[in-house]
Amino acid sequence: MTNDVLLQFSDITMQFGGVTALSEVTIDIRRGEILGLIGPNGAGKTTCFNVMTGVYKPTKGTVRFDGQDIVPLKRYEITLAGIARTFQNIRLFGNMTALENVMVGADARKASSVGGALLRTPRQRAEDKESRDRAMELLTFMGIADRAGDAARNLPYGYQRRLEIARALGTEPKLLCLDEPAAGFNPAEKQELNELILKIREQGYTVLLIEHDMSVVMNVSDRVAVLDFGRKIAEGLPADVRANPDVIAAYLGVPDAS
Amino acid sequence: MRDWLLYRTFWDLTITGLALGSIYSLVALGYTLVYGVLRLINFAHSEIFMVGTFGALMASQEFLGIPMLEDGGYPYRTGFMLIVFLMFILLCAMVFSGLGAVALERVAYKLRGNGDLFGAVVLAFLTGFVVSMVFVDDTLANVIVAAILTAPITMGYMSLFRRGKQSPRLAFLISAIGASTAIAEAMAIWGPEKREQYQTPRILEKDVLFTFLGADVRVDNLIVIVGALLMMVALTLFVNKSRLGRGVRAVAQDAETARILGVNVDMIILVTFALGGVMAGGAAMLFTLVYEQSRFNIGFILGVKSFTAAVLGGIGNLKGALLGGLILGLVENYASAIFGGQWKDVVAFVVLLVVLMFRPTGLLGESLGRARV
Amino acid sequence: MNPVVRSLRQVGASLAGAKAGLSARWHAMGPSQRLSAYVLGVLALYLAPWWTEIPLLGSIVDTPGTQFTTVLSDRVIIFVLVALGLNVVVGLAGLLDLGYVGFYAVGAYTTAILTSSHASLPWLIALPISIVVSMVFGVILGAPTLRLRGDYLAIVTLGFGEIIRLSAKNAEWLGGSRGINDIKHPPSIGPLKFGVVDPKPYYWLGLTMVFVVMFLLHRLENSRVGRAWVAIREDEDAAELMGVDTFRFKLWAFAIGAAVGGLAGVQYAGKVGFINPDNFPLLLSILFLAAVVLGGSGNMHGAILGGILVSYLPERLRNFQDKRVFVFGVALVLVMVFRPEGLLPKRVGAKKAVAAPGEGGSQ
Repeated sequence: MTNDVLLQFSDITMQFGGVTALSEVTIDIRRGEILGLIGPNGAGKTTCFNVMTGVYKPTKGTVRFDGQDIVPLKRYEITLAGIARTFQNIRLFGNMTALENVMVGADARKASSVGGALLRTPRQRAEDKESRDRAMELLTFMGIADRAGDAARNLPYGYQRRLEIARALGTEPKLLCLDEPAAGFNPAEKQELNELILKIREQGYTVLLIEHDMSVVMNVSDRVAVLDFGRKIAEGLPADVRANPDVIAAYLGVPDAS
Repeated sequence: MRDWLLYRTFWDLTITGLALGSIYSLVALGYTLVYGVLRLINFAHSEIFMVGTFGALMASQEFLGIPMLEDGGYPYRTGFMLIVFLMFILLCAMVFSGLGAVALERVAYKLRGNGDLFGAVVLAFLTGFVVSMVFVDDTLANVIVAAILTAPITMGYMSLFRRGKQSPRLAFLISAIGASTAIAEAMAIWGPEKREQYQTPRILEKDVLFTFLGADVRVDNLIVIVGALLMMVALTLFVNKSRLGRGVRAVAQDAETARILGVNVDMIILVTFALGGVMAGGAAMLFTLVYEQSRFNIGFILGVKSFTAAVLGGIGNLKGALLGGLILGLVENYASAIFGGQWKDVVAFVVLLVVLMFRPTGLLGESLGRARV
Repeated sequence: MNPVVRSLRQVGASLAGAKAGLSARWHAMGPSQRLSAYVLGVLALYLAPWWTEIPLLGSIVDTPGTQFTTVLSDRVIIFVLVALGLNVVVGLAGLLDLGYVGFYAVGAYTTAILTSSHASLPWLIALPISIVVSMVFGVILGAPTLRLRGDYLAIVTLGFGEIIRLSAKNAEWLGGSRGINDIKHPPSIGPLKFGVVDPKPYYWLGLTMVFVVMFLLHRLENSRVGRAWVAIREDEDAAELMGVDTFRFKLWAFAIGAAVGGLAGVQYAGKVGFINPDNFPLLLSILFLAAVVLGGSGNMHGAILGGILVSYLPERLRNFQDKRVFVFGVALVLVMVFRPEGLLPKRVGAKKAVAAPGEGGSQ
């Protein structure tokens, strides 16, 4: 893991009307690392994701990805630049099969369009096959290939969560953002998830992880950043962050002065 | 391009434009209210208005028994009798529209998987009626068959309802389109004048009351402007001061929180539809006062224009509906003077497109939920 | 449970059983058997003008009051084409278009202008030009409006359809209220003459167009374009975040839909020979929508079924005729309440085994 910075999230302030969701937040994500983003509910973690992936344009601040300013880009352009994500409340394409869901991700980088499809040009057929093969590979990698032909809305919860990750990986991202991937998992599943995230990093992806569950975040992250009320209050190695009094106060509250 | 308007004509157009716009405003309120609480466009609201006009027309012709001509002239009424008659017509229009709106909500918008008996009954009756219609041409026979089949079909529907599937948003819109079409066609098939114009006797003598800056102000235009204003004031007071009105505003802002706080959201939605319907009924009565006629298909064009007015003012915003309606009425009048009457209807569509493209939140751009109404 | 409901349930169950049985037999058939089944089916369709001659079937399908073949050529085949096109917009991409009649009108009017009122080109030349012009209109309508949310898009497209009609009515160079006459008919193909008396060649021409369109749309559906459309329909924001250029693909949906709608218009104009603005009322857009929605949106076969139902039933059941708009209005409400997917929804996640990687997309 180098010190090479992949994503520079600099001095980001995000305001919605009268509410300030993020206040001068600066986070650097290094290439190849797994960065955990934690904080109490409402701290602004998902808002960070939304700013990074172009869902929101920040009120102030810049986001540089691989040296490029991505704030002016359209959302799908940001995805093509190399940032992919999953969602806190699963947003799969319910009426498509698992395979098709991942293929949509894989299709993102394909060039052929309506003309190629209508004429079934060799290039279109090759790209279609590529998407299909890659999608199948990813499903296998995530361990859900046995249900590839089932409609996404019919899949069990665990499969759906993993399918979302597979779909995001389909876009060939450099940075994978996971929004609470362990929600609703039992301890065994959480352990599997940890291994999966490490496997993903081994494949060469950089991972940004929002999680509430400390057994996931602390075990898997190389570094951890902590948000509270829209501000970054700590950053560093998991063990250090865990012992940081500001972090503890944020989660548990300051003891009463009675 | 015609020669530009004389000074006198401009104010004439302005007065009539304000009257026309007042009618748009009242109907626009219905769209804006429903959008505020449901975040849906009530596509069938235009037919609610149309039904109200028929209520008004039937009030004077069938219920009050006033003939088209009396002693060789218009059946004018004056003074106290006139006011009583007008009030009665208004009441009929409001009842027709209000009930129509309530029935519409129960049938076409209650798709949320929680079974509603009224909706199931109406749908069951319609199903039986339509099935019978396919085979038998006699309306009475169809009604009887439908009545017989209603009970068993209702039970079937209720059990289907209980399966509780959430309907996609598109389904509401299409359902409203279907309802709108069905209501208009029903009026065409079984209504008083079928597909022809339905005229009303003129009981109000349309004197010119006074002149304003060279323009004649006729009494009917004045009644429309003042009447609409009064109705809107009444609505605003209701929404701001009454308990139900507070409920409407609460649901418009955040339905889930309102529900948690004990607001009966379903009842509030019903009330909202009813309010929109009553306003449309008022508009309908005023409409028949000025135009003295209606038809089964007037709903569509007036609906689009009123919807445009609502969007122009800011959908979800009551004052916006008022502003949007008046502006649209004026713009339409001026444009038809400049470009010719046949392009009048296109004006609304163009305005709608322009607003949606450049300022989709409308002029006043706030929603019903916020405190400022 | 009351006896009526119980017997209805039994009927429903046996129908479902029959359907499942047929479905099982279908899947059990080998490819050559399926091919022969398809060929037989296609042949039967081309022989449709003679169905009324068959003893029992004939009396069931024959349309009182109008010649059966004319119903096929003037109404059914047009509606089927339209339903296929609108299915791309509404069913696949999920864009509620209430002004589809506009594209249909553009196709018809372009042909009329090119062959009759402003030029004297043959129908065959007017055909591709009209389709392109319709596509252009699709892009013109889509470009500014596709960023609008569903409900608003519906109203705006409705306005578009009306603007087209009103423009045709008010513009003298488009024939005004009188419309345009003397539209050229398609040229003779061998022994088939496209005259004014015999509707059969028109039906065959239209049917062939339907098959061509189906073939092309099938290719689109099973490509990244089709997948992008369905992704947009399912969750547009998620699709965008998965790298789908939603604006571009929505525009394509509009353009393709407009092209097919325009094609239907050309076919119509070439058959009837004269058009006026009253042929393109808003009501037609509603009926088009009903065809797609009732049949099963998102599914080509559902759209075709819907197109057939909406165009054929009013002719078959004469009682229906005057009341058909009312019936379809009620039907829309009922279907949306109880079965929003339509009669023949697209079955996702078939029971058959997943295709191994490398096998082409067939469905």
